[in-house]
Amino acid sequence: MAQNEGRRNLRSLELHVPEPKFRPGDSVDYSDLVIPPAGSAPRPDIDARPDSFHELAYSLVRVLDEKGNAVGPWAPRLAPDLLREMLRNMALTRAFDERMFRAQRQGKTSFYMKCTGEEAVAVAAAYALDRDDMCFPAYRQQGLLISRGWSLVDMMNQIYSNKGDRLKGKQLPIMYSVKDAGFFSISGNLTTQYPQAVGWAMASAAKGDTRIAATWCGEGSTAEGDFHSACTFASVYRAPVILNVVNNQWAISSFSGFAGAESTTFAARAVGYGIAGLRVDGNDILAVYAATEWAAERARTNQGPTLIEHFTYRAEGHSTSDDPSQYRSADESSEWPLGDPIARLKQHLVALGEWDEERHAAMDLELAETVKAAAKESEKNGILGHGLNNHPFESMFEDVFEEMPWHLREQCAQMLEEQKAAGL
Amino acid sequence: MNMIQAINSAMDVMMERDPDVIVMGEDVGFFGGVFRATAGLQKKYGKTRVFDTPITECGIIGVAVGMGAYGLRPVPEIQFADYIYPALDQLVSEAARLRYRSGGEFTAPLTVRSPFGGGIFGGQTHSQSPEGIFTHVSGVKTVIPSTPYDAKGLLIAAIEDNDPVIFFEPKRIYNGPFDGRYDKPARNWSAHPAGEVPEGYYRIPLGKANIVREGEALTVLCYGTMVHVVEATIEGLGIDAEIVDLRTLVPLDIETIEASVKKTGRCLIVHEATRTSGFGAELSALVQERCFYHLEAPIERVTGFDTPYPHSLEWAYFPGPVRITEALKKILKD
Repeated sequence: MAQNEGRRNLRSLELHVPEPKFRPGDSVDYSDLVIPPAGSAPRPDIDARPDSFHELAYSLVRVLDEKGNAVGPWAPRLAPDLLREMLRNMALTRAFDERMFRAQRQGKTSFYMKCTGEEAVAVAAAYALDRDDMCFPAYRQQGLLISRGWSLVDMMNQIYSNKGDRLKGKQLPIMYSVKDAGFFSISGNLTTQYPQAVGWAMASAAKGDTRIAATWCGEGSTAEGDFHSACTFASVYRAPVILNVVNNQWAISSFSGFAGAESTTFAARAVGYGIAGLRVDGNDILAVYAATEWAAERARTNQGPTLIEHFTYRAEGHSTSDDPSQYRSADESSEWPLGDPIARLKQHLVALGEWDEERHAAMDLELAETVKAAAKESEKNGILGHGLNNHPFESMFEDVFEEMPWHLREQCAQMLEEQKAAGL
Repeated sequence: MNMIQAINSAMDVMMERDPDVIVMGEDVGFFGGVFRATAGLQKKYGKTRVFDTPITECGIIGVAVGMGAYGLRPVPEIQFADYIYPALDQLVSEAARLRYRSGGEFTAPLTVRSPFGGGIFGGQTHSQSPEGIFTHVSGVKTVIPSTPYDAKGLLIAAIEDNDPVIFFEPKRIYNGPFDGRYDKPARNWSAHPAGEVPEGYYRIPLGKANIVREGEALTVLCYGTMVHVVEATIEGLGIDAEIVDLRTLVPLDIETIEASVKKTGRCLIVHEATRTSGFGAELSALVQERCFYHLEAPIERVTGFDTPYPHSLEWAYFPGPVRITEALKKILKD
């Protein structure tokens, strides 16, 4: 008990609870955010040892400078046609988001999630990966499907849960599944796709295949146990997988500090697992492309996994059910020092003399029309009614198992009787 | 064969037949498993088909789901059913729902093997029977063998099945049938007819119960270790009971159950798992709904108590001969 005597003079312990810098009404000042200049990060060899990535995990791979020039060792030197295509797919993704957000407000669907400000993350990956590489996305990588040329009408059919919905109205809007485009079924449960992607990659390696896997989660979801198990498996078996963390600063209303960002970076997590870790300017499509291409080559040559943190900003609400003005400053998005990914690639193309304002405006108009036409086409298959219009009642019981067992057949028959008795 | 050898043989047969079958789990590789169920497989099929994993159950199942999506047919092992809970999210939210949520685009043809059940002084975390957690999840099948012959045939069927299967192995009867008399010498499978196990391929269809003993006095519904405890107990009492070994809990063989209870008019349900919301409750409800006018006595349940599995008081907890005898007396009273 003698020790307790001495303790009386100790300061009380304090629990640290993180708090974001800016709340609603605050003016925003990002001056203490360290943004290394474009071109300053070194580009290691494909076979660099995992323990040599310490600096890159705390730095930021950037290619496009303030004037829109592509500089430094990571500059991927892509042909102007390809750059224009990437620009177009980012703009198409944004136009799609705008239209579907409005569709939700009009009551045509129950729910939507935009990826505004993060278009570069998914669009660049679609170009840096092969089309048959398997993607295990979270719910904010619609740019993958759009860049892989997947049908907008098919995506909208899913959002509307209409007759054309291949998922037969079983899934919440935006939880796409497109095997033909190498896009794994999206789950509502966060980060479950992470070990699944590692398993897919391990299977590919075990079978002597040449395809690799890539997966995405938000910075908030890195706190899930599945993130840890996936990194451990990826490292242990040197799985040919790219683990993307999209650090858009916000997990619904929780700022990144609640996932640990006050003390370290998310790329730095890689160091502890013995995985190559890159931290990339997520609004710089050339940097994302270069990092992904590098990681893909590393994976394809049996050098193992790479974890890429994409440093970006979630410019809009978490979903159509969210109002960000309740928890963060309205100025955050406009003041974000890494800008807008579409504006930055546009500036680059203009600087190259390969693009201009007129063509950009014309493209935006054309894309809005393209999306509108797709929406009209999809709406012909119906929009969300009360869940009773678009799919036969009995389809609810299909695909639980490969073959419907007796208890589901009985429940199906019972439901049909109930509906009949109610005159439906 | 004993049950471990039969299970080992099932995996051997399936790995031989199908190059997409892979086996993974904690200690299953070089060492051959803590119960020896995977002994020799890595040597025979190589490290890329049979391998040790990190100690992370959510990782093991998550990785297996991804392998299934690729096109493999993984047979992951969870060392004890008591340790399956970290993997619940991957099993319930992912494996069970993948076919449904993707409209059949992606499937999870996994067979999750896991030793379960008590009777071995395993205490709280080496004795549990969590089957009721899985029977409550739509999209997974739950299978529990009670003999070496069934274990091999059912495991082969489970591995071939395109749906995720939870395959619980009653570890109390790995080496021999158990009559519930823990103070008597252990028996081994060589003296039991179901210890005769063919070397090659055969399957026992999922969803089919086995009538272990035909009888007229009452129907006993049971599975796993309890099949043998029930059998020995009613033999000792000379009761003409019909014993139904369910073998598969989902999908359940309702026809066999219904026919048997309609014939006998009485029903006893026996399982090791805790009572409240256990699988016995589902069985009791089904029998009540379907056989109400044939019932001559209330349906009885002998189950584990609603407590964590105790260590020193195991034989008071275990639904052994003492507890089953009391229930039989009650159900046959008039």
